[in-house]
Amino acid sequence: MNFLNPEFQIIRDKDRCIKCGACVRQCSYEVHVSDKDTGELYTNDINCVACHRCTSICPTRTLTVKKNESVYRESANWTSDYINQIFRQAETGGVLLSGMSNPQPYPIYWDKILLNASQVTNPSIDPLREPMETRTYIGAKPDKIEFDSNGKLKTKMPPQVKLEMPIMFSAMSFGSISLNAQKSLAAAAQQCGTLFNTGEGGLHEELMPYKDCAIVQVASGRFGVSKEYLDMGRIIEIKIGQGAKPGIGGHLPGEKINEDVSKTRMIPIGTDAISPAPHHDIYSIEDLRQLVYSLKEATNYQKPVSVKIAAVHNSAAIASGIARAGADIIVLDGFRGGTGAAPVRIRDNVGIPIELALAAVDERLRSESLRSKVSLIAAGSFRNSADVVKGIALGADAVYIASAALIAMGCHMCRQCHTGKCNWGIATQRSDLVKRLNPEIMSQRAANLLTAWNHEIKEMLGGMGINSIDSLRGNRLMLRGIGLSQKELDILGIKHAGE
Amino acid sequence: MLKEGQVRIPSGCAIAAIMDKQAKPFSGSEIIKSIALMRDRSNGLGGGFAAYGIYPEYKECFALHIFYDNNQAKTLAEEFLNNHFDIKMCGVIPTKPTAGIKNSPKIWRYFALPNKIRLNSSGKNEDEYTARCVIRINSSIPGAYVFSSGKNMGAFKAVGFPEEVGEFYMLDEYKAYLWTAHGRFPTNTPGWWGGAHPFTLLNWSIVHNGEISSYDANRRYVEMFGYKCNLQTDTEVITYLFDLLVRKQGLSLETAAKVLTAPDWDIIDAMEQEEKEKYTALRATYSGALINGPFSIILGFDGGLVALNDRLKLRALMAAEDKEKIYFASEESAIRVVCPNPDTLWSVEGGTPVVAKVRG
Repeated sequence: MNFLNPEFQIIRDKDRCIKCGACVRQCSYEVHVSDKDTGELYTNDINCVACHRCTSICPTRTLTVKKNESVYRESANWTSDYINQIFRQAETGGVLLSGMSNPQPYPIYWDKILLNASQVTNPSIDPLREPMETRTYIGAKPDKIEFDSNGKLKTKMPPQVKLEMPIMFSAMSFGSISLNAQKSLAAAAQQCGTLFNTGEGGLHEELMPYKDCAIVQVASGRFGVSKEYLDMGRIIEIKIGQGAKPGIGGHLPGEKINEDVSKTRMIPIGTDAISPAPHHDIYSIEDLRQLVYSLKEATNYQKPVSVKIAAVHNSAAIASGIARAGADIIVLDGFRGGTGAAPVRIRDNVGIPIELALAAVDERLRSESLRSKVSLIAAGSFRNSADVVKGIALGADAVYIASAALIAMGCHMCRQCHTGKCNWGIATQRSDLVKRLNPEIMSQRAANLLTAWNHEIKEMLGGMGINSIDSLRGNRLMLRGIGLSQKELDILGIKHAGE
Repeated sequence: MLKEGQVRIPSGCAIAAIMDKQAKPFSGSEIIKSIALMRDRSNGLGGGFAAYGIYPEYKECFALHIFYDNNQAKTLAEEFLNNHFDIKMCGVIPTKPTAGIKNSPKIWRYFALPNKIRLNSSGKNEDEYTARCVIRINSSIPGAYVFSSGKNMGAFKAVGFPEEVGEFYMLDEYKAYLWTAHGRFPTNTPGWWGGAHPFTLLNWSIVHNGEISSYDANRRYVEMFGYKCNLQTDTEVITYLFDLLVRKQGLSLETAAKVLTAPDWDIIDAMEQEEKEKYTALRATYSGALINGPFSIILGFDGGLVALNDRLKLRALMAAEDKEKIYFASEESAIRVVCPNPDTLWSVEGGTPVVAKVRG
């Protein structure tokens, strides 16, 4: 007997169904079953994760996924989620795992911030008629630029990386997502003049053509890290933490370590790839400094070194330490950021919203005159171009997106990444599933998303009477809070609407 | 009602400037006539002038012009000044009763040299020392406001129409080689004399027409370098940007102007390699100093001025030359009223600074 009440119900319109069996073949969760003898189709609702592969593939649109109408007795305290989770733990004795981002109804500050527009006293600018610039350079900046007596540039600029738009693809390793998914992101980044991030999984040889738009990550497991790997990336990113699971490491189970993954990660086939919670050579800020400079030495000071941390209570002080430790870029990852797998309790309870962390970190770096020494990248979770505009006005140089990019490629946010059964060919290494994702088509969709957002950003900038993203960065006067307490406004450093 | 500094007040304006390139002094009546023509562009809520070369007898001293709201402010400020400066001469700035100018604060003028002992122990040069003293008075002595602090120059401003302000201060009796003027159209009613323009710091004076949309990005940028934007005005932050880039960081005025109104990226992309590297470094490093939104400004300094329009040329600014004089004004008519047939007359291009310096 299974105590669990199915979360979803599949409704099959028998009048429409032509019994082609596509749903049966497509569902890796084995929700759809065909009777061997009669050819009749049945559903195992309990297995359904609402990934909508079947409803999308069905040629006659026969299928509907609904919330199960059969409910537990309602309680505001004992919700069906909590009851189901207890059933699952009682069955297995294990830590609950999930994929993707924190689904809990915590405040989303992006939705409580409004943007400004010009009226009368200064004109709005039409991006179709006037130049509208979203180019951004990331990397440490000197305090000042000096020229010699002949007017020649004397200051040697630290390594800079040009982004044609202030949006990059966040770290998703080969292992957590498929090679086809990575290829799609890499090609989209190249097409749009921005960067993708290898995550902690090495750089697969098929991604070499895209190395000029790769951020190569060095995380606690050091998987795939070699001199060649470091030399290939445009930016080297030290991953200390991830917004979806601050304070813990990662675990890619042995069954996902096939030949390809094993080669790229530089570990034997079938062994678990375990990223420890801390880096075992970084137990303090001075240790971080050593790693930052080791990586700079290894690459001859040609590449910016980035340090990524999860947004936690003390982010501002930590970020100040990171800037002083010599990092060129700080990445802040908020608690709504996605993941390929995280313990549910960690994902849902640890960390803080990116909006608050970003505002606090930017303000702290400015008050210590450190802000121009580092670029600040915000992540977790930017859902649309307005979120991006608000993030930059709060103080980010650029943002990372990941979930949004995966959604562009078919992800329906079913949060089953950790199972490796992704029907969309994204979060899986099963070759039959991976081949469903066509990198040519999907890279174009991801590129389209970036292009669309960039257009929208330009429209919003123009409305504010701004024609360069430079003048939006940290321009908090363009923001107003709606329905926020004075404390929240103070932390965000913005006024309330109407003020 | 909150006064300037407690709230950000956008305003439109008229600006004008006249300079003699041989540094020959001339009376203020000409600039008053020019700015008066643009009365429509002001609304009586602020006017002012900056004049260079007016105090030759005290040209070594910082000329501090101070508004006092009350006697206590004066007592505190003078105590501070006596501690930090040697006052060579001081007195009330002469004014005459003028229709339209009401509620005048006490207006005093001090010719001051930094106290040598304090200056030496501060480890700063005399400009930085004086700038810090000015910022300190303005931010910590309520009711006292230093509105001019340069050498051999001075700002004169009030709530009223600019031509009334000129009459009030009797500027026709002063002689300067460079005059700038400002008439203000705030979209709010500050009624505070300190909020009128020009804004000054040491020898910088700035008159400005526009409303910049990059204000908070610029403010937060300069505040990283120890400035404090007390007035929350565009002019204040633009002055600090110039002060930072030119006085503190040693960029030329032309380069500083190119930072504030940076060339578009596609123009930089098409430059020769060396220029491209230079402008890319400037834009990437000084992105927080880029000014966006409509503005025209005239920045006066010891020995010249810079006129600058925003990158898209969203505000009018005309220039003209006639023999040894150079003229600027928001409207052509304001030039022609004092110089009917100039040798040349042109519209200042967006993002292209016009730098005029006296010879020698």
